[in-house]
Formats: sequence, C-alpha cells, structure tokens
Amino acid sequence: MTTTTNHARRGDTSTEGSSLPPRPHLPLGDGADSLPAAPPSSRRTGVARPLGVGLVGLWLSVLVLLPLAALTVTSLGEGIGGFWHAVSAPVALASLRVTVLVAAIVAVVNAVMGTLIAWVLVRDDFPGKRIVNALIDLPFALPTIVASIVLLSLYGPNSPIHIHLNATQPGLLVALAFVTLPFVVRSVQPVLIEVDREVEEAAASLGASNWTTFRRVVLPTLAPAVISGTGLAFARAIGEYGSVVLIGGNIPRKTQVASQYIQQQIEIDRPLNAAAVSVVLLAIAFVTLFVLRLFAGRSLRREEDAQ
Amino acid sequence: MKTSTTARIGLRTVALGYLVLLIAVPIVLILWRTFGEGVGAFVDSIRTPAAISALNLSLLIVAIVVPLNVVFGVGTALALVRGRFRGRGLVQAVVDLPFAVSPIVVGVSLILLWGVDGWFGGLERLGIKVIFGLPGMVIATLFVTLPFVVREVEPVLHEIGTEQEQAASTLGASTWQTFWRITLPAIRWGLTYGVVLTIARALGEFGAVIMVSSGFPGVSQTLTLLVHSRYIDDHNTYGAYAAATLLMGLAVLTLLGMTALDRKRSKT
Amino acid sequence: MISVIGARRSYGDFAALDDVTLDIPAGSLTALLGPSGSGKSTLLRSIAGLEQLDGGRIVIAGRDVTGVAPQKRGIGFVFQHYAAFKHMTVRDNVAFGLTIRKRPKAEISRKVDDLLEIVGLDGFQHRYPAQLSGGQRQRMALARALAVDPEVLLLDEPFGALDAKVRADLRQWLRRLHDEVHVTTVLVTHDQEEALDVADRIAVLNKGRIEQVGDPVTLYDRPANDFVMSFLGSVARLGGALVRPHDIALDRDLERARAADARVGGSPGVIEAVVERVVRLGFEVRIDLRADSGTRFAAQVTRAEADALGLVEGETVYARATTGPDAAEIHPALAI
Repeated sequence: MTTTTNHARRGDTSTEGSSLPPRPHLPLGDGADSLPAAPPSSRRTGVARPLGVGLVGLWLSVLVLLPLAALTVTSLGEGIGGFWHAVSAPVALASLRVTVLVAAIVAVVNAVMGTLIAWVLVRDDFPGKRIVNALIDLPFALPTIVASIVLLSLYGPNSPIHIHLNATQPGLLVALAFVTLPFVVRSVQPVLIEVDREVEEAAASLGASNWTTFRRVVLPTLAPAVISGTGLAFARAIGEYGSVVLIGGNIPRKTQVASQYIQQQIEIDRPLNAAAVSVVLLAIAFVTLFVLRLFAGRSLRREEDAQ
Repeated sequence: MKTSTTARIGLRTVALGYLVLLIAVPIVLILWRTFGEGVGAFVDSIRTPAAISALNLSLLIVAIVVPLNVVFGVGTALALVRGRFRGRGLVQAVVDLPFAVSPIVVGVSLILLWGVDGWFGGLERLGIKVIFGLPGMVIATLFVTLPFVVREVEPVLHEIGTEQEQAASTLGASTWQTFWRITLPAIRWGLTYGVVLTIARALGEFGAVIMVSSGFPGVSQTLTLLVHSRYIDDHNTYGAYAAATLLMGLAVLTLLGMTALDRKRSKT
Repeated sequence: MISVIGARRSYGDFAALDDVTLDIPAGSLTALLGPSGSGKSTLLRSIAGLEQLDGGRIVIAGRDVTGVAPQKRGIGFVFQHYAAFKHMTVRDNVAFGLTIRKRPKAEISRKVDDLLEIVGLDGFQHRYPAQLSGGQRQRMALARALAVDPEVLLLDEPFGALDAKVRADLRQWLRRLHDEVHVTTVLVTHDQEEALDVADRIAVLNKGRIEQVGDPVTLYDRPANDFVMSFLGSVARLGGALVRPHDIALDRDLERARAADARVGGSPGVIEAVVERVVRLGFEVRIDLRADSGTRFAAQVTRAEADALGLVEGETVYARATTGPDAAEIHPALAI
C-alpha cells in the first residue's frame, strides 16, 4: 500500500532533484549573498552531524542494502551459469512470462480506464462524486490480502453472479487492476485540473472536433502523467503477491506469478532459484522506474524549453 | 472542450460501472456476508483467542516499528535536507528502494541475510531467532515502511528552511532545544502523516511478513496472516471475511485520518 | 563596540570576505551597504556566528567571540524573511529567548508586554505570525531579538521583503527605536537611501572588501572612489569625470561658463551639449543632455534655475561641474 499523495509528491521531488530549499523569492533579494548561506549554517544549527549521517547510513545499509546484497550474492552462488539455469527453468520462465504479460495488460487497462475515470472526476459533475473520489484511494489503504478476499467474495466459488474467475488469468487481471487502480487516476487528475481550458476552446474555434481536440491537444498534455502512472502500476503489478495469492490459484505455467514461484522455491528449500528469479523481478522493476525517470526528465526539459 | 450530454453520460457510465464492479460491489458484498449473520457472529469471530492474539501481534509490531521509523526517518530526512555529504544521491535511492521491491523479494532477501544459512546465521546459533520469530516480522515491516516518514518529512524540512532554526540559535537555544522547540513542531503534521502511513502499511503488510513468520495460530500470526490461514488452511470463509472486515475498518480509519490531516496541513 | 579584524571567508573560488577590518562604535547604528555579492550579509552573519570565518577575528565588547557559538555571543539577529516561529503566538515568539534562559514567568510576562508595546504590537499577543502583516511580523522579530538584551542588534536586510511605503515607515521607526534603546546596531542593506536615512555610520562594501567607512555626509560629499560615489546617489559622467547631477551648472554663454569653471580646481572643463528633454519633477527639473561626444547625461536643477535658463529642447548649452574632485574646497555660493 502506498498513497496517492506520496506518489504525487515523489514525482515533484524527483523533478526538483536535490536543489536547495526554495527560498521566498524577492525582487530585492540579495542573491549572491544569500546563495552560500545554506551549507555552512548546517554546521551550527543542523542536527545532521557526521555521527548522525553515519548512523543513518548504517541503518539503511543493514535494513535495505545488506539483504539485497545477500539476495544478489546467493543468486550468483553457482556462477552466471547457475543463475541462468535457475531463471530459465521452464516453470520459472513461465511464471515470469505470466507475470509480465498480466502486468502489461493491467497497465494498459489502467492507462485507459484510469484516464477515463480521472476525466469523469474532473470534468463531469454528478451526485456522490466526492464519495467516488474517496473510493479511488481505498485499494491503497486496503491490505492486499483483504483485496484478495474482497474480490473472491464476488468472483470466487460462491459468486452470487456466477462469474468464477478463481484460478484463472482473468482472476489475476482483476486482482491486479484492483490494487493498481489509484496510480493512473491520481497522477492524471491534478494535471487535468491544471490544464488550460482555453487551449481546448481555441482548438474548437479552429474547427477541431471533440475527438480531434482530445487526441491532438489534451492527450499530449496528459501523456507524461498517464505514462508515469502506468509505469508505476506496472512496477507494482510485477511484484504483487497478497492480492493474487487467494484468487490466482498458483497453478504452475498457467496462473502462477513470479512472486508465488519464489515463495514456493523457498518452501521447498531452493534458495538459489528463489534468489535468481527475485533478482530478475527486481531488475524489471528498476528498469521500469529508471525509464520513467528518464522520461520525466525529458518531458520536464521540453516544458522548460517551451517557456 | 464541450462534450455532448450523451458522450458525457456515456463516459460517466463506463467509469462508474468499472469502479462499481471492481470495488464497490465486492466491498458491499463482503460487508453483507460479514454482518449478514448478525453483529454478534462478527464479534465472536474476531474474539477467538487466535484472532485476539493476531491483533495483539499486529499492534506489537506497529508499536516497535513506529518509534524506530520516527527516529531514523526524521534523522534520514534531516541528513538528506540539511547535510552536505558525499553519497546523498545514494541515500536518496536507497530510501526509495522499498517502493520498488516486491514484498516476496523482501522476505527472500531477509531470509538469505538473517536466516540460519544466511550471512547473519550465526545469530540464530547464538539463540537469537530472527527469521520465523518476532524480530524477522519487525525487520520485514521496517523494510517496507522505511520510505514513509522520510518522504513525508523531507519536503516539509525543505519548505521551512533553516532561518527559524538560526533565529532560535541566536536567541540562545542549544541544538537540542532548537530541535524540540522549533524543528519538531514545524514538521509535526508531515511526521504524523508519515506515521499514519506507516501504521496502515504495518498493519496491512502480508507478503513480506508471511515469508519470515512461522505462522502458528495464536503465536506468530498477524491479522493479515490470520485472514490467509482462515481461508486457506481452516476453510473458514466466514472467519476470513470477518477478519478482513476488521482490517478494512482499520484501513478506512486510516483514510479518514489522512483526509483530516491533509486539511490540517494545507491550513498551516 | 564590535571589531572585525582581518576577516576572510570564501565559498570555493568566490571570496565573500577579503581581509575585512572594521570597527563599529558602541551605541552606533551602522549600515553595511553594498551591492549583491559584496559580502555584507556574510560579514553580518559572521559577526552573529551563523557563518564561520576562514581567517580573522571578531571581538564584541572586548570579548573575542571568533570561535564562540551564536547562542553565546549576546547578539540579537533579525532576518530578512522574519524567521517567525510559525507555530507560536506572537507572545511566545518574543518570549522564546527568555524561556530558553529559564527566567521567572512573571519577569517574562512583564518584559514581553513592555516590548510589544514598544514595537506597537500591543493586543496582538495571541495572534499567530500568519495573522500578521509583513511589517508587523518584522516588528515582532525585532522585539524577539531585543528581549534577550543583546549586546548588539544585527539586522539582515530587515525591510527588504516589505513594500516601499511600509519600508519607509519602519525605517523611521527603527531610527527612533535606536535613539531610545541605544543598543549597538548593525544593519545590512543594498538600498543607499535606506542607509543614508537611518544610519549614523555607513560602511560601503564591494567584492568582499570595505571601500569606505564614515558618516553619511562624508560618504556622500567626499566619496573615496568612483564606486562609493556611484553607489551613494546618482551620478552623471561629464567629460570623463563623475559628477552628481545637482552639481552640474548649465550656461548659455560659453565665456561665462569658462570663467566660472576656472574657479573650480581640477574640473573636467566645460562641455558643449544639446538639450534633449526637460522633465519637470515637482520642485526639481531634470534636463537630459547629449554631449557632442555623443554621451548622454542628466543635470538636476531647481525650478527657479530652470525658469531663469528657459531651456528648450534642441538648444545648445554649456555644462560644467560646480565641484572639483576635492569638493569641500569649493564653496557652493562661489561656484554659482
């Protein structure tokens, strides 16, 4: 579970990079005099002393870096060959294939439905809109195992509408669509609110149809937000476990996703296999996030150029 | 863009239909099934010894994780915002890592580090049981909740700048006095928000915890593990629904808390 | 009294303070004046201990405080952006320093009320900074700095964030306050008018060095160099020399202008110029001129003088400086 604000703001900070704290900007401000003020002042008033930095580093290392290092080293315990062998085992490969395929479909569904929902929430007006808006955050707040149970109650063996998605790939799709719903909606919504509606009116006044206006004017502005939301949803879907564990069925080569395969390998005491597939999952997530960051940097630069 | 009424209603129908089928109906249904047999049955189901022990364990983990995250989260945020040291970029990346790592991968990594055959396996031979014990569940929860406090406090620290702290120091306040009287009150809402997120995630974490827990009912089951085992092992569907409803109630409380905090934060 | 001795501070290649030595007399109100990047803020923050010097010493009231933490220097500091403690009421803001010093409650109460009255914030005790205007916030910050009875009061562009009207009012108010309280005060500003208005001593800084120190009249009338001259007040370039616009006399008659000019030692001589525009600014009249060399400059005369000259655009006049490089030698009456 992560929250929307978190993602929205994470996006903000990444674009700002590690710049200095924004100071209230004043026309009379003494630029060069105040510029160097920040670094030396920390010596006297900040708590961030070398000792503190060291402690923080140690904490982060023990908590995050060492486990991941242990994972990587274990995955290479029998060399590159062993790693490759573990990853290319038919069942492992099948689980990775299912994972990426389902996550990709979910990402596309999110891109379309998320944008549509954001559009309806921003541009449309109907009674109960605020409740619907609050509902969007629920999948982030809800424990994943609860999401699984919740979906089973409708689409599981006791389905009142006789739709049985238990242990099928569509079942996986529904579970992943549920937990990743907020990503695209919450990244597109603020952009859509900020969009300059005069541009759309200008396009309409030039004779563009609604569809043309949307495709040529609105979509390009929304694209970075849609792509970033979709990417985050994909990265999340790749590693998801809790929401698929009950509804997925864990059938090897059919509905077993990578995280389930990893869990199974640990249970039958094959740590190398588990570690190797884990490293692949990690790599996919990293590449996705890295590409997103590159993309965000590029579209930001383009906007700056335009100003 | 002026959409025609039919197009607008069409879009609205599609969007609402999707949300209803995906979220609203399943949730209403689970509430229906939980309370369909009366509130009494629900209460009984969440007051079994196993359920109470699961709730206690979940709360115990929260009680350990939150203070640690507050101390180290605020420390990390201070270091990132105020510190000028080499490797800041690396620290930034490490703080974001848990967002990108699958809970299952977290579990595997911890087993490979802290487990009997792991790098720190010696601890277990000394009698300190990390994996399949409470420490393992705490560490797993710490891993997945690491970014929240840091990422909520960091922007606030950026925003308040250093002038208030410098003013306090010129007025005679020591570093600690400045921290307690100036910095901490200034970041309090961001910190609270981070703590709420930490609590919610700590209560709801499943994948990472199930990997490092022995999962014995009444001993090492958290609430989420209870939901899982009731459904899978006990075939107690009703019990699973009831426990899930309890967790859902906690999640809704979290959401409400977050909304209230958001309003509070935007005011100050 | 504050003594800065051989202060040096650099940020990478940039020398913010380049061997600065300065004495600030006890009880004075001294302005550190200079353009952006001149090092004036760094100097002030070094006196406060908010910046570390690379070399040199700071002595406050006979005590060497070079290595002393800001907490123990006995200073009051006022920031450009107020640095108000946003989560505290006005009262708690002002009381902060006294609370830290664990003074008795009754004493704190009395002192805070007194100070709020002095700064004109009586009745605002329970407001939060967000509920105050910029000027009020800055007065609160001043009261807060004064509450701890500082040895010296340091103000870093205190009025820089305020609009022109409030700035002028606060300036007058600060002057009166200083006359009452007599605490040694150092004020950083880049606004020459502000420095001339409130300070009884001005130190002009440029590129990390002190260009000149003195009282406002001396600095204005006898600037040590072109930089000080052009930074304090407007200047016109007349035949290669810098002259204040109100020190330019215009004459229609070349011979008379030459004769008058001969009485001024070392003057740039008589310049022939064409009147481009006559601008009446109330009491003053500004005459925009173009010399035959092509350079443009402006002369400033009174309305009576302008009327007597009766200049029209396009006309040729002869301009001369009424002061030489050694201005004090020339009696204004003689020059005219």
